[in-house]
Amino acid sequence: MKIAVCVKYVPDSSGPRTFSSDLTVDRSGDGMLSELDEYAVEEALRIRDEAGDVEVVIVTVGPDDARAAITRALQMGADAGVHVVDDAIHGSDSVGTSLVLAKVLQQQAADIVLCGMASTDGSMGVVPAMLAERLGLPQVTLASEVTIDGATVRVRRDGDSAVEVVEASMPLVLSVTDQCNEPRYPSFKAIMAAKKKPVSTLGLADLAISPDEVGLRAAWTRVVSYEERPARTAGQIVTDEGGSGADQLVEFLSARRLI
Amino acid sequence: MSEVLVLVDHIDGTVRSTTAELLTFARRLGEPAAVLLGSNSGAARETLRSYGADKIYVAENSQYDDFLVVPKAEALAHLVAAASPAAVLIASGGEGKEIAGRLAIKTGSGLITDAVDVQISDGELVTTQPVFAGDVTVRSIITRGVPIVTLKPNSVTPETQPGAGVEVALEVSLSQQATTARVSERRPRETTGRPELTEAAIVVAGGRGTGGDFAALEAFADSLGAAVGASRAVVDAGWYPHSLQIGQTGKTVSPQLYVAAGISGAIQHRAGMQTSKTIVAVNKDPESPIFEAVDFGVVGNLHDVLARAAELINARRS
Repeated sequence: MKIAVCVKYVPDSSGPRTFSSDLTVDRSGDGMLSELDEYAVEEALRIRDEAGDVEVVIVTVGPDDARAAITRALQMGADAGVHVVDDAIHGSDSVGTSLVLAKVLQQQAADIVLCGMASTDGSMGVVPAMLAERLGLPQVTLASEVTIDGATVRVRRDGDSAVEVVEASMPLVLSVTDQCNEPRYPSFKAIMAAKKKPVSTLGLADLAISPDEVGLRAAWTRVVSYEERPARTAGQIVTDEGGSGADQLVEFLSARRLI
Repeated sequence: MSEVLVLVDHIDGTVRSTTAELLTFARRLGEPAAVLLGSNSGAARETLRSYGADKIYVAENSQYDDFLVVPKAEALAHLVAAASPAAVLIASGGEGKEIAGRLAIKTGSGLITDAVDVQISDGELVTTQPVFAGDVTVRSIITRGVPIVTLKPNSVTPETQPGAGVEVALEVSLSQQATTARVSERRPRETTGRPELTEAAIVVAGGRGTGGDFAALEAFADSLGAAVGASRAVVDAGWYPHSLQIGQTGKTVSPQLYVAAGISGAIQHRAGMQTSKTIVAVNKDPESPIFEAVDFGVVGNLHDVLARAAELINARRS
């Protein structure tokens, strides 16, 4: 069995994030493997641990630095990586990104395309569904629990109003939430072993994609303006002494007409 | 004026409040046309008319319930081709965003997710959405196809305004692809008797500082008619169900009032609540970062403060 895991290299979400002058996400600072993609990598490794003969290939689209996301996934235990890097991809939206990923995935012909639930930067959460649409594969997405039963993948999907069990046959697109597992930390040995794992680099030409089909100018949406959220003016902080805190809290809510 | 398609979110005809919000937005953009898919939708029609649906496309077919996402996307794609709408509005949420993503590819249309506002400005549809955990607000336009927009719950106050609600039977022949991911089981979530988290006007959330004891917090929430949520630490500890988690990997809420009790306020949590109108925190640690983000804060034992506040509020009510 072959599992292709799609991952994204994102700006560190614990630091300040902003836009570049062309209104794309500023990716000049420190980046990392999107935290939510670690669950996808872990799930692929978990399936491999259980099923045995499974190859786990990591796929990412992004600038040179994005190689670090593949490296991290290889350190966790994945077998190989594919990095699509091409200046023309800069500024792609989910439509452009899913186009590039779909071309790679067609080449890979994996039994399972595995994704995280969303990136931690764009956080749209639409790429898995777009990949299923483009590849004509079943989607079993937002899984909180995954069971493999022969060629059938069965997942638990915790929806807003119901908990669903969804199943489909491979090949398919699977996305997992952060409830699915606990991602492992790479051991020192695994970090050393990762250095020897193969990573291939592809450009748009290798995928028969025209530069006009991707990037900022080909995006179907455009950011026209942005503004930083104004800093909240310092609120009133009181210290509770013998019930005074509750009294003042209720007074505050009453003054704001919230009760 | 052109039609604006609104995908109705309903369970056996009970329409979620997000749909009423979408119809309210749709009236700004054109003539609201509700798209009502799935079984037992009869009761929904009156609600849709009361919020201004001029037209209701109805496909009473269990395939929309039995298979994941794709049948709904195909039905909308059919209508986009047939009705050339001015826009398609869908509620943000796991399923809504996936339907929107597939529809965008099917119809060659631009997609904006998690918008909090949509309006016509200089003849152009402009969306507003928070990004980077709510630190930045972005305005966007859609430059290709029929604009597809998913809107977050609680983005507008639903306004009733009777619409004609003319019913149009929708016949869509679904592809083979539509029936590949089968929903083999569906268990409605147990209702807590409290408002739905993402739709509530007031949300009271508990964090690690509760120690897993939500009694005072729930009493306080009930005195306000509030929904109850939890931080990730609480969910990871197994004290509260994941469906009520607020934050980056849980629900995003934007209520009139948000009360954080025993929550330190990590960025992942703030991502889920910082667009709330008024924010209050109760925490025993005066150095807790949550106090930097509040309109009002109480340093103290959250169980004592909330229990007493609940009593005071209930006393006012009686």
